Amino acid sequence: MVLVPTAYAPSSNNKTSSWRTTRPVIDYSKCTRCMICWKFCPDVAIGVTFGEKLDYPNERFSKLEAPFINYDYCKGCGICASECPFDAIDMVQESEM
Amino acid sequence: MRAINKNWSIMTGNEAVALATKLAGVKFVSAYPITPQTAIVEKIAEMVANEKMDAKFIEVESEHSAMASVMGSELAGVRSFTASSSHGILYMHEMLNWVAGMRLPILMAVVNRSIGPPWNIWADHSDTMTQRDTGWMQLYGESNQEAMDTIILGYKLAENKDILLPIMVMQDAFTLSHTSEPVEIRDEEKVREFVGEFNLPFKIDINKPMGYGSLMPPDGPFMELKMDMKKSMYSGVNKFIEITKEFNETFDANFPGPVEGFMMDDADYALITLGSISSTAKHVVRNLRNQGKKVGLLRILLYRPFPKDLVINYLRGLKGFGVVDRSSTYGPFGSLYMDVISSIYGKLDIPAANFIAGLGGRDLRVVDFEEMFMRIMEGEDGEIWINAGVK
Amino acid sequence: MPFSIPKEEYMMSGHTACAGCGATLAMRYVMKAMGENTVVTVPASCWAVIPGNYPNTALKVPFIYTPFASTGATISGIREALDEEGKEDYNVVGFAGDGGTADIGLQALSAAMERGHNVFYIMYDNEAYMNTGIQRSSSTPFGAWTTTTPVGKDRVYKRENKKVVADLMMAQKVPYVATASIAFPEDLIRKIQNAKKIKGPKFIQILSPCPPGWYFNAENTVKIARLAVETRIFPLYEYAEGKFALYKNPNPLPVEKYLEIQGRFNHLSPEEIRTIQENVNRRWEELLEREKGKVIP
Repeated sequence: MVLVPTAYAPSSNNKTSSWRTTRPVIDYSKCTRCMICWKFCPDVAIGVTFGEKLDYPNERFSKLEAPFINYDYCKGCGICASECPFDAIDMVQESEM
Repeated sequence: MRAINKNWSIMTGNEAVALATKLAGVKFVSAYPITPQTAIVEKIAEMVANEKMDAKFIEVESEHSAMASVMGSELAGVRSFTASSSHGILYMHEMLNWVAGMRLPILMAVVNRSIGPPWNIWADHSDTMTQRDTGWMQLYGESNQEAMDTIILGYKLAENKDILLPIMVMQDAFTLSHTSEPVEIRDEEKVREFVGEFNLPFKIDINKPMGYGSLMPPDGPFMELKMDMKKSMYSGVNKFIEITKEFNETFDANFPGPVEGFMMDDADYALITLGSISSTAKHVVRNLRNQGKKVGLLRILLYRPFPKDLVINYLRGLKGFGVVDRSSTYGPFGSLYMDVISSIYGKLDIPAANFIAGLGGRDLRVVDFEEMFMRIMEGEDGEIWINAGVK
Repeated sequence: MPFSIPKEEYMMSGHTACAGCGATLAMRYVMKAMGENTVVTVPASCWAVIPGNYPNTALKVPFIYTPFASTGATISGIREALDEEGKEDYNVVGFAGDGGTADIGLQALSAAMERGHNVFYIMYDNEAYMNTGIQRSSSTPFGAWTTTTPVGKDRVYKRENKKVVADLMMAQKVPYVATASIAFPEDLIRKIQNAKKIKGPKFIQILSPCPPGWYFNAENTVKIARLAVETRIFPLYEYAEGKFALYKNPNPLPVEKYLEIQGRFNHLSPEEIRTIQENVNRRWEELLEREKGKVIP
C-alpha cells in the first residue's frame, strides 16, 4: 500500500473553547425556545436538549426542546445574543466566569 | 506460438493511441485539442459516438481543466485518460503536480512538440522534459506499435497497488502522430484481462467520508508522502520489467522493457537516445557495423523512473558514448545527459559527449548520427549542438 | 417548536473558521439541504483551511481539496464518473469563494455550466480574497477598502462596481441561478431544494459577511447579511428554467444602514454614499424590468 494524502479525523477533536473572551449565557426564564440561536451559530455550538429541568417564561414552554450552549466549541462570536428576539442571551466576560 | 491470428492495420500514432484507450477499457476521457494531438481526441469522440467505445467523452475548455476533470473522475474510481502536447501540458503543470501527489494512476498521451516562442509545432522533447519532476512516470515510444503498447502497459504499471502514480506516454509530433505504420491491434479481451479491473483503494465513498489533500503543516507527514512517491516510482523499474515479460507472453510481442540495447553486446561506442530518432540511429549503427566499427545504440523507453542500474550495465566496458538530447536545458548539459552522468558517477569513467539536436522539429539525418559517432570515436566530450549554428 | 430548517447537521464543530464567519453558515445550510449523498470540492479559499489541519475534516461527506482555478472542471469529472458508476443520485457540489469563481475560476465555471453537467456550483461571496488576507476580487463592491484597494491619500478604494457572477450565469442561461444570504437560511435551503429538482447545472451565490475583512464585530454577521437584502444592495432572486423571480421587500432601508456598521466603508463621503444609493436604485429597476419579461443585455 502507498501513502496517500487522505485523512479522516472529525474536527470535533479540536476544542475551540479557548478562542473566546466572552461567553453567551442563556436566561431560560426569557427563552421561548424559538431556536433562532441554534439556527445562526456558525460553529454548531448550540445544541438541542429537552427543556423540562430548565427555567421557562411560562408553563407552555416547559415541555419544548430548548437550546443549550456547548462551551467546548463556542468561540464567543455573539451572533446568538445579537439575534435573540427576546434578549434572553447575555455575553459575559470569560474572566468573570 | 507464432501462428496466431493477428489483427494488423496501417494507422497513425494518434489512431494507435486512441484505439489503445478503447482496448484498455478507459471509461472517461476529457481533453482539449492541440496540434498534433487533435486526432487522438477526435478518434475517441468518434468511437464513443458510434458506440465502438463504452466511455464518456467531454471536451473541456482548457488543458488545466482537462487534467482537473480527469482528476475528479479518477478520484471517483473510473479509469480515465487525457492527451496533450507542448503548451497544453505546460498549462496543466499545476494540475500534473496535484494529480501525482494525489496518487492517481491517470494516463496521458503526450505528442512531443516544441515550446514557443517562436511558434513551432514540430517535434522535440522540451515539453515533457520540463515536466520530468512532477511525479509522473514517463515512457518514450519509438513507433506506432509502441504508441499503442505503452498505453496498455502504462495502465497496468500505474494502477499497481504499490505504485499508484500517473504516467505520460510519448510519441514524437508528426513523425509518429501523423505518419502511418503497420500496427498489430492487440486483442481487446486479452488486454482487459491483462490490465485488470480498476480499483482505487481510496476512491470517493459516501460511507468513508475523507478529506483529500488537506492542509498539512510542517510536522505533518509531508516529507513522508513525498518519500513514498519516490520509493513507489523507483520500484517501477523492476515492476515494468515484470509487466513487459507478461505482456510479451500474453500478446506474443517484442516490447523491449525499460531500455532497449541495440547491438550493444560487444560495442565500444554507443549513443543513448529517446523517441523516434532512435530508428534512424539504428540504421546508422547497422551501416557502421558493416564497415567494421563496433558501435551500438541504447534506447531509453522508461525515462522516469530513470533505470540507472540498467544504464550502468549497458555502458560498462564502452570506450566512449554520446547522449542525444532533443531538448535544451540551462543547466550545464542536457537533461538526459545529466541523468546518465550522475548515474554512472563514481562507477564508470568513460568520456561522454552531449549532443543537442533536433530542436523545433529539425530532422536528425543519417549524416548527423554519423557525425555524432565520429565525434565520440575521437573521444570528444562536452555539449555539442548538431546541425545548428552559423552555416 | 418545529424547526424552520432541517435539524440534521453535516458540518461539525471544532473547525478553525473565525468567530462569526459567514462562510461557515453558508456551508452549514447548504449541507442541510444537500444531505448525506454528497461530494464537496473546495479550491484554495477560506474553506480550504476552515476544516483545520490534516487529518481533520469538518464535514460528514467526502471533501476534496483542489487547485484554485479548477472547481468547475473537477466537479465535471466527478459527476461524469459517478454517473458512469450508477451513482446518479449523489449530489456533486463545487463550493468556491468569490475569488475562485469570479476571477481565476470563471473560465472553468462558465465551461462547466455550458457543458450542462448535473452539478451544483455554490459561490460563497465574502467579497474579497479573504483567505490570503483581504485582497480585492471582481466581486468586491464599489467603495470597499481592501489591502489592494487601500484608501490611502489618493482614495483608491475599489472604484469598480461589483461583478455579480449570478448575473453572468443568467446571461449564459444556466438552468438554475439564484442569489441568497446567510441571514435567510429558510430561503437558501428552499432554493437548493428547488434546484435539486433540475437535472443540469445549478449556480447559487450566497452573500457571506466576513468580520475581519469587512471590519465589523463578529456578532453582527447575520444582521449585516440581512441589511444587505433590506437595503437592496444584494437583491435576492431566483431564475429557474427561464423564469425570473425577484424578492421585493416592502420597505427598503437606505444604504447608509448597511454601510455605516462596516469599517471597510467608513472613508466614504456623503456624495459617494449617494452614488452607491443611485447604483442600487438603478440595478433594482433593471431587475424589476427583467422580472416583467424585458430582457436586460
